[in-house]
Amino acid sequence: MTTAQILFSIALLAFGTMLTRFLPFMVFNEKSQPPKFIKYLGNVLPAAIFSMLVVYCLKNVHIFSGSHGLPEFIAIGITTALHLWKRQMLLSIAGGTVAYMILVQMIF
Amino acid sequence: MEKQKKVSRALKAAFPYTIPVFTGFTFLGISYGVLMTVSGFPAWCPILISLVVYGGSLQFAAVAMLLSAFAPVEVFAVALMVQARHLFYGITMIERYKNTGWKKFFLVFGMSDETFSINCSTDAPAGVDKGWFMLWVTLLDWGYWVGGTAVGALLGNFITFNTEGLDFAMTAMFVVIFIEQWLKDKKHWSAIIGAVASVACLVIFGAESFLIPTMLCILALLGIFRKPIEKAGYGQ
Repeated sequence: MTTAQILFSIALLAFGTMLTRFLPFMVFNEKSQPPKFIKYLGNVLPAAIFSMLVVYCLKNVHIFSGSHGLPEFIAIGITTALHLWKRQMLLSIAGGTVAYMILVQMIF
Repeated sequence: MEKQKKVSRALKAAFPYTIPVFTGFTFLGISYGVLMTVSGFPAWCPILISLVVYGGSLQFAAVAMLLSAFAPVEVFAVALMVQARHLFYGITMIERYKNTGWKKFFLVFGMSDETFSINCSTDAPAGVDKGWFMLWVTLLDWGYWVGGTAVGALLGNFITFNTEGLDFAMTAMFVVIFIEQWLKDKKHWSAIIGAVASVACLVIFGAESFLIPTMLCILALLGIFRKPIEKAGYGQ
């Protein structure tokens, strides 16, 4: 991408983000209630999106070749175990990341 | 004088609530700044993005997109879909952000997951101005994110240790958010729908183009199974 194309992409990222943040305040005034389907999506969509984002991060992992995704799955296991144990976001993320870096740099 | 007191009192009250975000955003912001510069972007690029986009999950997801061929439609679609959850934060905060005047623009502009969580769950202590309290939470969190990014982006040029695997911070962040969501929900229909749709679309459409079909599948399945999901008492 050229610098202009990167700047345009950044503008789109910002515009898309701000659209999602500002739209409810523009559409629903202080007295009206949002439609029920929107409320339903507000409850259920986040869980589906987070599943999708985890898969998105792993999209380039090849299970049938190379390291078979072992560093990824071990590091996710460590992140999960740390988080269920201490429930501290920073510790879980830092621990999982350091474990992954050790795995890909020294072992696999 | 009176106004200055009001502003500084709100800052003192707001700061302690933002300390967890300070640690998290500093680490993730540095990781993002480093990741962007080792990916070949100039330092101003991640700093600008953190300043105007201010959304961790989207910013990490966009690294790969910014490294690929120019694809404005997909970039915009991914921005909307990854950030779609903000629509519902907005719906939740319409009442709380009412009557905040000029501050409202910044409150909504800076409504990240973390800022939303604090402002939604915390009442300003007695004697502290509500609008200024929420504004300080918003501005402090935003500042941590941009500051962390700047440190990572500027230090990234001098980093001599092996950074291979640093981008796993993104995966770990989503795993942690996923776990938090999973523990919060009593039923897991939506998480399972998201996982099945993503894996199926990844297999069918391939790594480069599975995101948009996945999003459409998720919306369709959540629509189709709305009755049983609601009957199961999802998210209650």
